[in-house]
Amino acid sequence: MTSMSAIDTASLSGTAAPLVTFRGVRKSFGALEVLKGIDLTVAPGQVVALIGRSGSGKSTALRCINALEPISAGELEVCGYSLHRPGVDLRALRQEVGIVFQSYNLFPHLTVKQNVTLAPRKVRKLNRDQARELASEVLAQVGLGDRMDAYPEQLSGGQQQRVAIARSLAMRPKLMLFDEVTSALDPELTGEVLRVIGKLAAGGMTMVLVTHEMAFARQVADQVVYMHQGKVWEQGSGKMLANPQTDELRQFVGSGL
Amino acid sequence: MAYTFDFSFIGSFSAEIWSGIRLTIWLTLLTILPGFALGTACAVARMNGPRWLRWIVTGYIEGIRNTPLVIQVFWLFFGLAVLGARIGPFPAAVIALVINTGAYSAEIMRAGFQSIPKGELEAGECLALSRWQMFWSIQLPQAAERVYPALISQFILMMLATSIMSQISVEELTGVGYQIQSITFRGFDVYVVIALVYLALATGLRLLLHFVARGSFPRLRRLGTPL
Amino acid sequence: MLGLTPEQLQFLLQGTGWTLLLSLMGFVGGTVIGLPVALARSAKSRWLRRISSLYVQFVQGVPLPVIMFVVYFGVSIYGFSVSALVAAAIAMTLYSSAYLGEIWKGCLMAVPKTQREAAECLALSAPQQFIYVILPQALRIAIPPTVGFLVQIVKNSSYSVVIGFFDLTYSAKVLNNATFTPFAIFTIAAALYFAICFPLSLFACRFERKLARSAA
Repeated sequence: MTSMSAIDTASLSGTAAPLVTFRGVRKSFGALEVLKGIDLTVAPGQVVALIGRSGSGKSTALRCINALEPISAGELEVCGYSLHRPGVDLRALRQEVGIVFQSYNLFPHLTVKQNVTLAPRKVRKLNRDQARELASEVLAQVGLGDRMDAYPEQLSGGQQQRVAIARSLAMRPKLMLFDEVTSALDPELTGEVLRVIGKLAAGGMTMVLVTHEMAFARQVADQVVYMHQGKVWEQGSGKMLANPQTDELRQFVGSGL
Repeated sequence: MAYTFDFSFIGSFSAEIWSGIRLTIWLTLLTILPGFALGTACAVARMNGPRWLRWIVTGYIEGIRNTPLVIQVFWLFFGLAVLGARIGPFPAAVIALVINTGAYSAEIMRAGFQSIPKGELEAGECLALSRWQMFWSIQLPQAAERVYPALISQFILMMLATSIMSQISVEELTGVGYQIQSITFRGFDVYVVIALVYLALATGLRLLLHFVARGSFPRLRRLGTPL
Repeated sequence: MLGLTPEQLQFLLQGTGWTLLLSLMGFVGGTVIGLPVALARSAKSRWLRRISSLYVQFVQGVPLPVIMFVVYFGVSIYGFSVSALVAAAIAMTLYSSAYLGEIWKGCLMAVPKTQREAAECLALSAPQQFIYVILPQALRIAIPPTVGFLVQIVKNSSYSVVIGFFDLTYSAKVLNNATFTPFAIFTIAAALYFAICFPLSLFACRFERKLARSAA
């Protein structure tokens, strides 16, 4: 198998059932309600950008998608799993949904190759040769085919984040989540990570990304979702950012954040 | 006042000295791995176990860490014998040392486990690794890699602690020294030599353990960066 | 208690008194020698660092019972018939000075270098820098590990049993030889040690957490 699978899902775009469906999803941390009834769908092949101020609930919404945060009320379907029902096989879900974090979270005691192949070997039970082949393929995709044997600390932040992307790709996910993946990076390293994500998007990967990079969101996303105070405040294509309908989004775009 | 050393006893008692050294080494080697395993298990139990298990493990760790090894050994050797569970001096010594090492390693390993950033565990979870796989592939190697210098110091302290075992007639190096001085009446000379032998053993053990660490932690070997 | 007569219990308590005395002597002696060791270990002079490091490595590489023997037999060859208490106290002093010296050296080094630089820029002399800036900060972080080491001192004073010093451990051993009730005797002895050590451990742990919180 090569990266064909990504293209397969792209061809299904529009016809197949959505990969993610939020229906009135609420999420509270103690007394604090962070999500106040979210409705949202992500179709196969679609790229959705969640934007909004910090505290708007966008990261929480993202983390709900692969059940890092259990939802408090409402319904959430992801890749055919009903996360609002008890007894969901989380490990099965997570083989379909990859996530990349702001802080990379690479395993520092493992080399780049080992980071990428750990889960495929342990979970998918690939043998050494298959794992190696897989590693060189996904690392080439993120432009790091030559750094297989380096340790994370030997790489720049941008390179580490690209390894983290490759690590997720190695599980052949149907859906990729990106949680402010460039926020911890210096501006000059941001570009290399965004280029990789842009390439994946062009290849047809379904993805949901929380980002502060407005220009990037406008350029890559099929759908931009502006979240405000735990609600979907406004959504539409990338053009929406040029022509906001609400005062809040106008202010948000205007503030340059 | 001049004192003339007389080290001739080394020649006449070389067989005894060797057997003492061997026993000291055996006591040490037989203790390290089981003690480390026990300690790691206790560290995990103390962090993640059910409440009753946490209580038991905490009681064990604090009980051992706040009482002397000699008393523990006496308790085990003499006390259990009276209760009907008679064990030989050598097994009693090894058991006491393992129990002791377990309690100290548990606290060291707990610090190691707690130093692993939460995000890494989250990442492991998101890669669909099972808890067991996370423990073996991520938590254990990293925790050990972070705290191995403390572990090495602890294992050396434990090697030194074997010197008390002659109290229950396990004739390790210190015990052999006592026998020799009771025959030669050269207590000072004998124990100066014994001290030097321990110094050599401690140095040797430190080198050996560092060697093992370098073998076990590839990143350490490659980059020389203990965290 | 546990089948022990009041006299026997009193015998153990007497031993406990000697354990406390020996521990105190070991700690005081260890402080008197350990402080210079700590200073030498963190000194500018390479020569001082070498010598003190050798001392520490030597003491830390030899078991305490062997140090007890060396001192016990060593002092007596000069014709002094030493009591076991004196020999044990000297041995405990040597032992604790090496460990305390190493602990305190770590605390001195833990004070950020910028603190000394700042003090220097205020035109304080080197001793003034040390007394008014470095030492007060080092002392604070030194409290938990020092108290923690006190536990080691109390526990390891039991090694004086090898030279026949009449501490708690030796009392328990003697009592057991007479009564053959090891389970009761060593349980009580362990409880007595625990009663001394655990509060110290607890204090060290609490204080360390407090320091960690104030640093965060």
